Amino acid sequence: MSKSEDFAQELIDSGYDFFTGVPCTIIGNLITTLTDRPDITYIPAVREDAAVGVASGAYMAGKIPVVLMQNSGLGQCLNTLTSLNLIYKLPCLLIVTWRGFEGKDAPEHLVMGRTCNKLLDTIGIPHHNFNHDNIKSLVNMSYKLVTENREPMVLFLKKGIIE
Amino acid sequence: MNYREAITTITELLDDQLVVCANGLISRETFTIRDRLENFYMIGSMGMASSIGLGVALNKPSKKVIILEGDGNLLMNLGSLPMAGSLQPGNLLHIVLDNEVYASTGNQPTISNVVKLEEIAKSARYTNVKKVTTNEDLKREVVYALENDGLSFLLVKIADKEEQREIGRVTHNPEQIKERFMSATD
Repeated sequence: MSKSEDFAQELIDSGYDFFTGVPCTIIGNLITTLTDRPDITYIPAVREDAAVGVASGAYMAGKIPVVLMQNSGLGQCLNTLTSLNLIYKLPCLLIVTWRGFEGKDAPEHLVMGRTCNKLLDTIGIPHHNFNHDNIKSLVNMSYKLVTENREPMVLFLKKGIIE
Repeated sequence: MNYREAITTITELLDDQLVVCANGLISRETFTIRDRLENFYMIGSMGMASSIGLGVALNKPSKKVIILEGDGNLLMNLGSLPMAGSLQPGNLLHIVLDNEVYASTGNQPTISNVVKLEEIAKSARYTNVKKVTTNEDLKREVVYALENDGLSFLLVKIADKEEQREIGRVTHNPEQIKERFMSATD
């Protein structure tokens, strides 16, 4: 497993400089790491759409933002993604934990767990999955695509990849 | 005071301040009354004006940022108040035009006739909270908030119904709105 400290460093090294989101246990340590770093800002959001809204404002003020959330939060921010980010071309990287992957999770995660990737296909947001070997390359690729295409992008993070 | 008068009064006082306008009639009226590069017009994402404005304010501390929204927008994203209150950006002025209805969809009632939005803002740690009902008071409080640092919340009670009239839509497309606004943030 990769360490959250190293994962955070990859995000910062690639150029992301504003962080907000809503916790999930899978990214609990990552959020603690981001919160504790004196050189960057992590804003705790009350809901995932508020996080995407704050990130969009941050982008217009010169930042390249990352939003962290659980896949349940995709439902909360769907309207903001479709009627703000996608039509104004306001980019952000969404790091989304994939609860309910392959049906192995608590009942509340199962529907979104089998549909979250298809949901993104339907609304037209590109997405990729982190694995043990591609963290650096995916983060760097995402920064290039997010800043060049000026659209949101999702990187899914399953349990057991970062600690 | 109706909301067109309120928007006219507010926009006449502006210089280079950044304004995030909520979707619906507020964006359309502001665009029609005084279109400026510094205006970001939301056309969708109802509720997000306060979050977008907060994100701008946190990252442009040298500029005054104004959120201009209605009671319906604020009620849809009430969590934005404690978020701003926890962070205390000193350059944020949050103006709520409160007519107690969803005016953009034909004046269906909200719940701000019985819920005191200014009290919620106080509890959420806004430091300068005012409620105004007249044009004169609105002008005085906007001038004060623009000239002083602090996290300000200005509730503007809109008592008069708007006369029915055709109001145009924002003619800039969303990408143009964003590009113009970003050029004004530099």
